[in-house]
Amino acid sequence: MSRQPFYQVGKLLRFYIKREYVKLFTWLTGLVVTTVAVALALSGIYQSDQERQMMAETMENPAMKALIGRGFGIDHYTNGAMFSHEMLLMTMIVVAVMSILLVNRLTRQDEESQQLELLLALPIGRLAPSLSAIALLVITNVLLAITTTVSLTLLQIESINFLGSLSYGLALASSGIFFGAVTLLTAQLSNNQRGAMMLSYLVLGMSYIVRAVGDAGDLWLSFLSPLGILQETQAFVNNYFWPQLIILIFSTVIMVFSMRLREKRDLGSGLLADKKGKNKASGFLKTTPGFILSLQKVPLLSWAVAMLLIGLSYGSVLGDLELFLTENEIIQQIIGSANDVSLTEQFIAIILKVMAIISTIPMLMVFHRLKSEEAKGRLDHLLARPISRVRVYSWYVIISLISSIVLLSLGIFSLAGAGVYVLDTSIDFWTLVQANLVYLPAMWVVLSIMAVLYGLIGKLESLAWLYLLFSFMTIYLGDLLEFPDWLMAVSPFYWVPELPVEVFNVWPLITLTVIAGGLITLGSLGFIVRDVGQS
Amino acid sequence: MIIEVTDLKKNFGRVQALKGVNLTVDKGRIVGFIGPNGAGKSTTIRLLLGLLRKDGGKAKIFGLDCYQDAVEIHKRMSYVPGDVNLWPNLTGGEVIDLFIDMQGEDPKSSRKEELIKRFDFDPSRKCRTYSKGNRQKVALIAAFSVESELYILDEPTSGLDPLMEREFQALVKEQKALGKTVLLSSHILSEVEQICDDVAIIRQGEIIESGSIKDLRHLTRTQFIVEAVEDLDFSECQGVYDVVKDHDKWYFQVDHRHIAGVLSYLGNYQVTKLETKEPTLEDLFMRHYEGDAKGGV
Repeated sequence: MSRQPFYQVGKLLRFYIKREYVKLFTWLTGLVVTTVAVALALSGIYQSDQERQMMAETMENPAMKALIGRGFGIDHYTNGAMFSHEMLLMTMIVVAVMSILLVNRLTRQDEESQQLELLLALPIGRLAPSLSAIALLVITNVLLAITTTVSLTLLQIESINFLGSLSYGLALASSGIFFGAVTLLTAQLSNNQRGAMMLSYLVLGMSYIVRAVGDAGDLWLSFLSPLGILQETQAFVNNYFWPQLIILIFSTVIMVFSMRLREKRDLGSGLLADKKGKNKASGFLKTTPGFILSLQKVPLLSWAVAMLLIGLSYGSVLGDLELFLTENEIIQQIIGSANDVSLTEQFIAIILKVMAIISTIPMLMVFHRLKSEEAKGRLDHLLARPISRVRVYSWYVIISLISSIVLLSLGIFSLAGAGVYVLDTSIDFWTLVQANLVYLPAMWVVLSIMAVLYGLIGKLESLAWLYLLFSFMTIYLGDLLEFPDWLMAVSPFYWVPELPVEVFNVWPLITLTVIAGGLITLGSLGFIVRDVGQS
Repeated sequence: MIIEVTDLKKNFGRVQALKGVNLTVDKGRIVGFIGPNGAGKSTTIRLLLGLLRKDGGKAKIFGLDCYQDAVEIHKRMSYVPGDVNLWPNLTGGEVIDLFIDMQGEDPKSSRKEELIKRFDFDPSRKCRTYSKGNRQKVALIAAFSVESELYILDEPTSGLDPLMEREFQALVKEQKALGKTVLLSSHILSEVEQICDDVAIIRQGEIIESGSIKDLRHLTRTQFIVEAVEDLDFSECQGVYDVVKDHDKWYFQVDHRHIAGVLSYLGNYQVTKLETKEPTLEDLFMRHYEGDAKGGV
C-alpha cells in the first residue's frame, strides 16, 4: 500500500461535481419527471379496480414477464402494483446506463486521455479519483432515491404510499450503484475506455436476459440477476428491503476489490492484455468501407451475439406463452373474444416491435461514429486525402443500413427458430421473419433523422436517440397510457403493419423508405458544403 | 541530492523498457534528459511520478520513495507533460486554479496572473477550443505558479511558438537562480544546450552518458574549416578525422587533446582562412547513435 491513498478526495469530489452536475441534473430531472408523469397517467386512466384487474390479466403471461418483469400483487392490482410492474425494471435499466456512463467518464476515460496523469502528478492520493467517482455515483443515486420517494409520495395516489415509494426509489438507486461499481471494475480490466464500457453493458445485458428467461418460466434463474433480485423489493405490495441490502453489499465488495486492483496496476494499463496487431494493412482495410467496418468490428460482433441471445430468449418464451394462454380461459374471454386473432400473435407483435427498437441502437451507433471521428479530428486524415465527403458519408450510411438488416435478421431468425421449435400453433418461421423485417423502413427513418441533422449542421444529431426513445415509449406505454393517435403517429414504427395481426400493406413501407432516402440525401448535400471539424 | 535513481527496472509484459537506469540530480541543477523515441524517457518520468510500479532498483525524490510517498513528493514538485489533454467543458482559467489549489496554494496570491500575461494566454475560453500550444500553456502556468522545489518537465515546449519557447527558457533560468531543481526531457537539443547544466542520455532503457555539458564536450571533436593555397596532407597528423575537400575548402574534425598539434602542423601551410566550431550537443548525440548503428547492439 502506498501512503495517503485517499489524499484530497474531498477537493477532487468537488471538482467532479463541477464537471458533471449539468449532465447529472438533466438525467435526474428526466427520470423523476417521467416517473411522476407515468404514475399520474396510470392512476388517471385506470380508475376502477376492475379496469386494473383486466390489465393485470393481460400482463400476467410469460411474454410480458420476459419483457417487463414479473409483477407482484396481481390478485389485487392496485395503482402502486401496476405502476411498479410497468416501470421499475425499465427505469432500473435507465439508471444503470446513467451510472455506467458516469463512472466510465470519471475513471477510464480520464485515464485514457491522460487527464488522470495530470491529476495524479499533483498531491492527490492514488485511489482518490476512484473514491471520488464512487462518492459522486452514490450521491447521484441517493438524490435520485430521495427525489423519487418524495415526489411519488406527494402525488397522494391511493396505494402509492411512502414506504412503497421508498422501496421503489431505493431499488432504482441500488441498480445505479451496482452497475456503477461494475463499471469501476471493468475500468481496471480493460485497458481502454470503449472496452470497459462494453464490458459493463455486457453485464447489464446479461442481467436483463437471464432475468427474462427466469421470469418467463418462473425459475430461480432470476435470482442470479441483480435486476431480478431488485424487482423482488415488490414495491407498493410488500415493500421488502432485503433485495436492496443484498445488492448494496455486493456493490461494496466489487468496489473494494476494484480499488485493490487499481492500487496494484500501472496507470494506463489493464488486466486484460492487448493482442499484438498486424504490421500491414490488409486489402480490405484499405478500402473505405473496410476501414469503417474495421473501426467498429468489435462492437458490431458483440451486437450480433447480443441479438442472437435476445432472439433466442424471447423465442423460447413463446412456448410458455402459448401453453399459458390455452390453459387460461378467462383471458381468452376478456381479450381473445374481441377479435379472431390469437393472443399469442398479439404478444408476438409487441415483442417484434421491441426487437426492431433494439436493433436500431447498433445501426445508429455505426453512423454516430462518423460524428465522433469528426469531433476528434480523425476525419481530417481521410478528407485530406483523395477521398470525397460524399464517399465517406455514403459508406457510413450504407454500412449502417446493412448492419440494420443483418442484426435484425440475426435476432428474428434466432427468435423464429427457437419459437417454431417450442410452438405448436400455425405460426410458421417465415411469417415471423417477415413480420419483423417489415420494421426495417421505420428503423431507417430514425437513421435518416440522425443523418440529416449531422449532414446539415454537424450537431444535434443525438436528437435521433431521443426520437428512438420516444418511439420506444409509444410502443411500451402508448396503449397503456392511451396516447392520442397524432402523438403515436410521430413514431415511424406506428405506420408499420403489425403483421401477424394486421394485413400486409406495402404502401406505408414504401412511404417510410422514401422519407428516409430523402432525408439521407438532404444530409449528404449539407455535408458537402458545411465546415468540417468546427467545434 | 534531489532525485536518486539506481538500477531502476521496468518491464511491460515481455518487453524490458528500463534495463537499469542510474540517474542523480543534485539540488539547484538543471538536467537535460535526452534520448530518441522509445528509449525510456517517459517511462522513467512516470516511474518518478509514482504512476508506474517499478520492477527493480530504487527511485527516490527528496529521499522519499517515488511510489509509496507519491503524495508527499508531489506536494513539493510540479510536473508538465508533453501532451496535455484537458476537460472540454471547463475553461483554461478554471483548470489552472484547480491545479494550484490542489497543490495547496491560493490561486489569488500566486504568480498566476503574471504568468498568464507572460505567456499571452486567454484563460476565459473553454478547453475544447484550445490549440495544442494553448493547452501546453495551461500546464506550464499551473506548474510555475506554485512554489515548487523540483520541476519535472517532459517535452514541455512541444506545440509552443518560438516566442513562447524563449519565455519558457527564461522562466527555467529564473527558477535556477532561485535554487530550484529541474529535470527537462526534450528533443530540442539546442534548448537543452542553452539552459541545462547537465545532461543524461538514455538509449534502449539505459543511461549511456551523463555529466555536465562542459565535460561531455571534451569527449568530442572540434570541427575545422580551412582554406589553404596548397593541398593539405594529414597522413602524418594525429587525431584528425573525416577529412573532406570541397573545392579549396577543407573540412575535418580534431580530437580535443590534439588541437595544439594540428594547429602547429597547419603552420607549415599558407592558410588563408581558419574556422573552428565547438561541438554541439547534437554532434554528441549523433555520435552515440551512429556508433551504435554501426556496431550493432
